[in-house]
Amino acid sequence: MEEIRDYTTDYPKWDKSMRSTHKILVPDMLPWHFLIIQEVLRIEGYDIEVLKNENRTVIDEGLKHVHNDTCYPCLCVVGQYIDALKSGKYDLDHTALMITQTGGGCRASNYMSLIRKAIHTEFPQVPVVSVNFSGLEKDSSFEIGAKLFLKLAYSILYGDTIMWCYNQTKPYEAENGSADKARDEAVAYVVDKFKRGGYSKYKKINKRLIALFASVPRQDLRKIKVGIVGEIYVKYSRLGNNNLEKFLLSENCEPVVPALLDFVLYCIVNVVNDGKLYGHSKFKSFLYNVVYKAVHRMQKNIIKEFERDGTFVPVHDFEHLRRCADKVLNQGVKMGEGWLIPAEMAALAETGVPNIVCTQPFGCLPNHIAGKGAIRTLKELYRDENIVAVDYDPSATRVNQENRIKLMLATARENSVQTGNSSKAV
Amino acid sequence: MTKLLGIDVGSTTVKAAVIDGENIIYSSYVRHFSRVKETVLVELQKIGRQFPGEYSVAITGSAGLGLSQRSNVAFVQEVQAAFIAIRKFYPQTDVAVELGGEDAKIIFVTGGTEQRMNGSCAGGTGAFIDQMATLLNITVEEMDALALKAEKTYPIASRCGVFAKSDIQPLLNQGANKEDISASIFQAVVDQTVSGLAQGRKITGRVLFLGGPLYFLKGLRKAFKSTLKLSDEDAVFPDNAPCFMSIGAALYAASVETEDIGDVIARISAAKGSDDIVTGKPLFESKEEYAEFVKRHRATDLQFADIATYSGDCYLGIDSGSTTTKLMAITPDCKILWSHYQSNNGQPLDIVINKLKEFIKLSEGRIKIAGSAVTGYGEDLIKSAIKADFGIVETVAHFKAALHFNPKVDFIIDIGGQDIKCFKIKHGAIDSIMLNEACSSGCGSFIQTFARAMGMEIDKFSQEGLYARHPVELGSRCTVFMNSAVKQAQKEGAGVDDISAGLSSSIVKNAIYKVIRASSAEDLGQNIVVQGGTFLNDAVLRSFEIETGKNVIRPGIAGLMGAFGAALYAMENIQGSSSTLSLPELEDFTYSSRSSNCHGCTSNCNINIIKFNDGRKYISGNKCERGAGLKPVSNEFDIYTYKQNRLLESVHGNPGKMGRVGLPMQLGMYEQLPLWAGFFESLGFQVVLSEKSSRSLYFKGQHTVASDTACYPAKLMHGHIESLLDMGVDFIFMPCESYNIDEHCSVNHYNCPVVAYYPELLKANNERLTDENFIMPYIDLNMEKPTVKKLHEVFKKYRFTQRQIKNALREGFDRLASYHSDVKDKADEILWKATETGRQIIVLAGRPYHLDPEINHGINKLLTSLNLAVLSEDSVFEKSEMVKVNVLNQWTYHARLYRAANFACSRKNVNLVQLVSFGCGLDAITTDEVRSIMEKNGKLYTQIKIDEINNLGVVKIRLRSMLAAIEEAEKRAK
Repeated sequence: MEEIRDYTTDYPKWDKSMRSTHKILVPDMLPWHFLIIQEVLRIEGYDIEVLKNENRTVIDEGLKHVHNDTCYPCLCVVGQYIDALKSGKYDLDHTALMITQTGGGCRASNYMSLIRKAIHTEFPQVPVVSVNFSGLEKDSSFEIGAKLFLKLAYSILYGDTIMWCYNQTKPYEAENGSADKARDEAVAYVVDKFKRGGYSKYKKINKRLIALFASVPRQDLRKIKVGIVGEIYVKYSRLGNNNLEKFLLSENCEPVVPALLDFVLYCIVNVVNDGKLYGHSKFKSFLYNVVYKAVHRMQKNIIKEFERDGTFVPVHDFEHLRRCADKVLNQGVKMGEGWLIPAEMAALAETGVPNIVCTQPFGCLPNHIAGKGAIRTLKELYRDENIVAVDYDPSATRVNQENRIKLMLATARENSVQTGNSSKAV
Repeated sequence: MTKLLGIDVGSTTVKAAVIDGENIIYSSYVRHFSRVKETVLVELQKIGRQFPGEYSVAITGSAGLGLSQRSNVAFVQEVQAAFIAIRKFYPQTDVAVELGGEDAKIIFVTGGTEQRMNGSCAGGTGAFIDQMATLLNITVEEMDALALKAEKTYPIASRCGVFAKSDIQPLLNQGANKEDISASIFQAVVDQTVSGLAQGRKITGRVLFLGGPLYFLKGLRKAFKSTLKLSDEDAVFPDNAPCFMSIGAALYAASVETEDIGDVIARISAAKGSDDIVTGKPLFESKEEYAEFVKRHRATDLQFADIATYSGDCYLGIDSGSTTTKLMAITPDCKILWSHYQSNNGQPLDIVINKLKEFIKLSEGRIKIAGSAVTGYGEDLIKSAIKADFGIVETVAHFKAALHFNPKVDFIIDIGGQDIKCFKIKHGAIDSIMLNEACSSGCGSFIQTFARAMGMEIDKFSQEGLYARHPVELGSRCTVFMNSAVKQAQKEGAGVDDISAGLSSSIVKNAIYKVIRASSAEDLGQNIVVQGGTFLNDAVLRSFEIETGKNVIRPGIAGLMGAFGAALYAMENIQGSSSTLSLPELEDFTYSSRSSNCHGCTSNCNINIIKFNDGRKYISGNKCERGAGLKPVSNEFDIYTYKQNRLLESVHGNPGKMGRVGLPMQLGMYEQLPLWAGFFESLGFQVVLSEKSSRSLYFKGQHTVASDTACYPAKLMHGHIESLLDMGVDFIFMPCESYNIDEHCSVNHYNCPVVAYYPELLKANNERLTDENFIMPYIDLNMEKPTVKKLHEVFKKYRFTQRQIKNALREGFDRLASYHSDVKDKADEILWKATETGRQIIVLAGRPYHLDPEINHGINKLLTSLNLAVLSEDSVFEKSEMVKVNVLNQWTYHARLYRAANFACSRKNVNLVQLVSFGCGLDAITTDEVRSIMEKNGKLYTQIKIDEINNLGVVKIRLRSMLAAIEEAEKRAK
């Protein structure tokens, strides 16, 4: 039948002219990455603001405005938006909301429509704009030209290096606050490069960033390293994971948070894999492979910079992650964070970080398989692997989560004493 | 010499232990009733007086964390503490099992140390046992004593209290004895621990049992011992089990600096409450405000007529609920003549008969029962026993009663002890019904359990809350989450009054935001009537008014509204004289009951047969008419039965010279069986299907379930795999498919992540599966050439040619197409016949695998027994035009739902009921969208959540209410 019955509710569209009239609100996920991106977009002429509201009302608004069985990240994001729109700080007739869509087979691609539904009655004039590369939401897509695309890619690269170095510096800083100072300096340096040009000299910039953190005076301490993996939002977002990094620092640990670039590469590689596994479009698969190779080469060069400096453990090599995934499950598991989760858990174990918090929103479907479902295999592969799966949702209390993480840490300390003793014996 | 002191602060108790040298010189176990800091101080002062001097001190326990941080006393995680103590005192231990108030833990000591703790679904813990004891209306000690006398056990779900209740209630109502039920509850806890926590790792060797419940409850000990097949020697129950963690903490303290106990006491008493805790506004600012509130609600009390003097007609209403029985007689001018409210203790019929006798005696012949109606869970039984004039569905009874108090009522909410029911009224009929389910379970009995835990009576406990200055925010999900929220509040120093007020408000929030899913309080309606026993609690009522910002009506008979509504119904509808049993008939009334198994079909339902003295029989517990001794309803209007048979016919049953391939019958296989049967049979394999789904099949595979919160169809898959392995097939085939077959009605055509990748999880968690006996290729069936190539490669060792594979695949697609076309033809036939005979049609819409009777629990049969015709989403969606929806339409099975809904809206005699598996994240998106399609067309939307539990009683209430509403709408249309 050719007829189409239209059930859609009308919503305000985003058009390019709004770039000069509207303020765009973005939910927070990775504070320093997003700060750089915010500045990059401002330089491009967008009036953009990353939301920083994290109070309890954010969660309450989320609870009220989305279906309660929807995943926690969606609830946090919607909560942040509604709380911001209600704050009176923004001119509602000139405000837009921005969200990413991967177009994958999990619910995350539906955040867009859920946000529209959530704001429909109270803020009918506010458009929602989608950032995606899958041709979705053609009437409300954020236009990203090649140049802006590259700038965003560089922002992620620099954000990753800053986060990665900071996490390896903060636990060991000799003077309280010096790591934070280095981070502020690093961010300012990167933003300045975007302002004045020269942002594409990534090798030089990375070298400088690493040096900045390497120059922070360190104490000679041995700390337990704890990896954070899982669903992308609760893995990174303070709001989503009750500030897990801070908690780990307070427990005298070094948090190891894998780079955002890995997720980007994961998305690109999945298109290549679809070609290989299912014989999907050869041309598309070829094109994505070219992009993947180029970005991966950059990653390799950055790793070289880390090795040259020698202070820090370098970021993971994505090819290594792929090989790690193959040991646990097929790279065909591509919904949500899919195979990236066990890949990171394996890679962490292989690089001396067997202690891991696997974060997941309560009832996250892909995590059943790639998170909790893969733990058994991982434990068989790596005897020391010490994983705690933690559920995040609006009613799960911090005390409950922290108690479980503390149990994992107790085992970690136990193991580290044992390996310490045995090495002495040798 | 320095003494070691360990303090264990749990969710309900404080335990302390002092070690001097090698000896434990002091240990104690006291309840803290949420006054954590005070209780700890009292203990410390006692210890300080008895044994003054230098100490090394450590705190452990879930509620001890905050205290340790603020007083700067060393902290050790409780499982770790246990571990330390085990190595010191029981070094030969292999495994330790510890059940606490709200936690369950296993420590594997030998063979690779591992420490495990329950996730956020915390069934199978002490709190779960308390909850079940409350349900049985006995103390935990009584339950223990009963369990020891048990003769058999029933399967009871232990993951969640709501599920367990659904299993237990029918048992109670069928007259199963409490001994057996108590033992079954303990068995459920054991199963949860063994399967849920150990997840495949065997608990063997010397096992140490720790924690309060395992120390105090002999029945629980017995269940653990027999399930794990442990000898007396290998099952160790230490005498100091309740304080075991505190001993561990004391041992840990050896590494802590010593100080005078006085200093520790000083630091703890100086510790402040932190600001982390979120508090709300007081319920009442002043006594005057409360008095005004009480006065306002008094105005809606009914008047009484004096039974000692009244003479004339009366109308009788009986509400036979699942836990309580309510009776009421009213005069024609709606005055209460007599009423009774009682917990039914599993014997509702006895109560009704006895109370009726009392009533009739009191009336001394002056009063005549002019009409009677029964409603509630026991409706059928009571109605036939006393020959009542009417039996009505409980929602209709509640609606009638509410109408009496406010003719403009548009929203009714009923919170009872064990359940929450809400319904909206539109155009004078019930429009939508919402009931609480798992993860939204906070009801009245929850407050009661808490009050008891704090050592208070419920009335006193709720009174405390009325004037609390800073009610705590406790969240609103599952009771277990609430328990830990209370724990956190206690940790932060909240008092009993603040917690009481917080609990009242969280029950209200749970109802509004979880059960009703209102996006805001205005959503509910303008004229709200609240009822149910829980609303007699003023703190709950006030919280509801505050949360909704509206004054609501709470009738004085809030707990009796069902009975009142039934009486009103009888009064309005009676014609001629009433058939209700008279006093002489009641005096003679006797009955006998016996339980038996129905052998009408393979379900083997437990049934209960009640014989009345006049020779009539009443049978309950049966899922279908066959058990009740009636002629079964024919299947001609039921596409589910047709599909079940037709699907299996797609296996032709070749003997197969190439070998035997096993196909697990769940998830995607419920759609693709014809395809793979055709494929393998044409290649010369014999196709072997896994055993029929059942609860026991689920238990068979439960130990390999990795994620407890996945949907039931997925978890059942584990049993199917075990059954195929046991049948000794050559290999099991289950493909991974990111992409489903493209039916060209959606933007993309994904499978859900669980259907797409479940083979990966099965393989990773079942050690019997290998690369050889479990074949799980990644394929996209829309791409013929790559699929042929992949399958050719996978079955290389059989030396098929690519052409053979291709032809086999085509044969498979042919069989799939013919299955689809047969199903559609059948749908046309049913549609036509039903329309001809004036039957209502229901599209029972879900996923292909909801066809499994173990998943849908026979809802299709329930529908046909109500004289409805049943179609499925896949049989009708192509009759609809394409639809454009608000959400991203990118899953094949889900796209069918939207079109099926659109189809239902295009026909007057077709309605839709959506089946949703508990834990299905994607349906959080589809349900709202399907609802909006239905509502935009002015149709009712009914959703039924299904899980491993079988609660057809509730489903029946929903469906009957829906039918009542459809009827009402038709009447209005005429």
